[in-house]
Amino acid sequence: MTMADPTTQGRFGDFGGMYVPETLVPACIELDKAFRSAWADPSFRSELDHLLKTYAGRPSPVTECVNLSEKLGCRILLKREDLNHTGSHKINNVLGQALLAKRMGKTRLVAETGAGQHGVATATAAALFDMECVVYMGTVDIERQKLNVFRMKLLGSEVVAAESGSQTLKDAVNEAMRYWVSAVEDTHYCLGSVMGPHPYPWMVREFHRVIGDEAREQCQELLGGAPDVVVACVGGGSNAAGIFAGFADTDAVLVGAEPAGGAAVGRAVPGIVHGSKSYLMQDEWGQVLEAESISAGLDYPGIGPEHAHLAATGRARYEPVTDAEVIDAFQLLSRTEGIIPALESAHAIAWIANARDEFQGKSVLINLSGRGDKDVNQMMDILQ
Amino acid sequence: MTGAIETALRARRNDGGKCLVPYLTGGLGDDWLETVMAVADAGADAIEIGVPFSDPVMDGPTIQEANDRSLGAGTTPQMILDALRDADIGVPTAVMTYANVVYRMGWERFMNELSATGVSGCILPDIPLEEADDWTRAADHAGVETVMFAAPTSPDERLPRIAERAGGFVYAVGLLGITGVRANLASSALEIAGRVKAITDKPVLVGVGVGTPAQAVEVSAVADGVVVGSAIVQRMLDGAGPEGVAELVNEFRVALDA
Ligand SMILES: Cc1ncc(COP(=O)(O)O)c(C=O)c1O
Repeated sequence: MTMADPTTQGRFGDFGGMYVPETLVPACIELDKAFRSAWADPSFRSELDHLLKTYAGRPSPVTECVNLSEKLGCRILLKREDLNHTGSHKINNVLGQALLAKRMGKTRLVAETGAGQHGVATATAAALFDMECVVYMGTVDIERQKLNVFRMKLLGSEVVAAESGSQTLKDAVNEAMRYWVSAVEDTHYCLGSVMGPHPYPWMVREFHRVIGDEAREQCQELLGGAPDVVVACVGGGSNAAGIFAGFADTDAVLVGAEPAGGAAVGRAVPGIVHGSKSYLMQDEWGQVLEAESISAGLDYPGIGPEHAHLAATGRARYEPVTDAEVIDAFQLLSRTEGIIPALESAHAIAWIANARDEFQGKSVLINLSGRGDKDVNQMMDILQ
Repeated sequence: MTGAIETALRARRNDGGKCLVPYLTGGLGDDWLETVMAVADAGADAIEIGVPFSDPVMDGPTIQEANDRSLGAGTTPQMILDALRDADIGVPTAVMTYANVVYRMGWERFMNELSATGVSGCILPDIPLEEADDWTRAADHAGVETVMFAAPTSPDERLPRIAERAGGFVYAVGLLGITGVRANLASSALEIAGRVKAITDKPVLVGVGVGTPAQAVEVSAVADGVVVGSAIVQRMLDGAGPEGVAELVNEFRVALDA
């Protein structure tokens, strides 16, 4: 099986679609057209490749973790998205969307952010391309990710508090969509994960597939083929979709590590919110529940529709990880390898630490989606 | 077959009048159903009743707060439907909510419940034409009118398809934005009303950004009438009670009749 393009209606099996107010439908259709044409245009591709190489620092290396491998009894490889400019995988998608927005004649970017990594990446691209930038962030997240708030402002962006609901990522998405409804003519919504209405889940995955494509080659060199297991943390699911895309047609076991307090796939109830049909944490009446995770970037009650499809078809499995396990994994990687992971990425580490008995002697490629600098303050409070 | 909402709105229009459809959030305050009755008596042609949703992306701060308060008080879709079942409101009603509330209960079950409850129409702002099939099939079967939206951004080629699929009325979105009262009527309101009127004989009502009787009159020079939401809900939030809310609705009625 491969991760195929969605139908023209934006469907991955039963999931996906374009559940947005009429005001936004023409913008989504226009974006779909613009992306199709850009993605098929060699000059767009080479401009993006050039930026990824000279600005973001790609390709990102794969690091073989000798100490951790010994400790866990499996061969651990890290795909180092933490080494990208701005410190996470988010820059891949943002450079693609900003370039596309420019091509479409848009002058402003609006984005939502949870941990602030997508917000920082968007603010960075806006600075680079001389565009205006507005970032919505939940009040709770503004508090726990102060450093990233300051970085966004430093980069020239406006950061607006999303004060409704749970005041986290879900509400930041609501506010960003409301803003987009009001400013759709000159503003591009730079969505930060493989969620939202068509074409976002597909487009964002395509902008991140560079992770999987590179890793496939790197694993060929290191292992002589695909690893036995590929694991990534899953909030909306963009870093996971990017790395899965490189291995979906191999025998590798694909694993998404979900926060136990935000396990949309684990609960497996379909729902419609933020533009698509997917698995969604909700009550018996369809009211969306608030996720609860130590990591702001995974604190989201839904998941991208393609992941729901991969789960429903059995191609990927999604496993819960608790906050306590994440705290352990955060320290584990720091101490054994000298790499401080983002709390989000620590979910993937925590999963293999939990599941190591099942995979003794196997090769495990972990997508290290981001670095942990942004989380050091929060961890200091927790650990001291 | 023409449904009760469209019939009522056409009757108003045939009499040379302009249509008034107030929106109220269901379950907001213990007296919300009395408020619905009072609003009917105050001259509404039909009433939109909001079933609150946790993530109302088309709504501004006023209706968001109404949703939150109603949900906080424990309102469920079933409670609203049950309340409406026993009520003799006197004008046709439509339920306005978001896709997931209906999807969760099931498209067919929800539409059948509406019909059994005597609710004539349904309004789902996050279901555009592209995603409407499951809903409209169930609604058609149950005899529920499917109100559809036309927006300032809708290209000309979409408008006839929207109008054709619409039941009750075509909801023309008055501005680029979410619900809420604005100081002035946006020029886009007259524009979209005119564009939709030009391609359909169905009633065309402008909503979103129509917050005062003067704005209602202004846009009704082109449109067949208005949907008024945030201004009314604000009164409810302020604790005006059924009479206070009815008073405001009556001001709209008087202005439109003048
Ligand atoms: C480092 C890092 N990894 C992962 C995520 C989660 O996003 P996704 O599931 O789209 O990869 C975030 C989001 O903020 C992040 O900052």
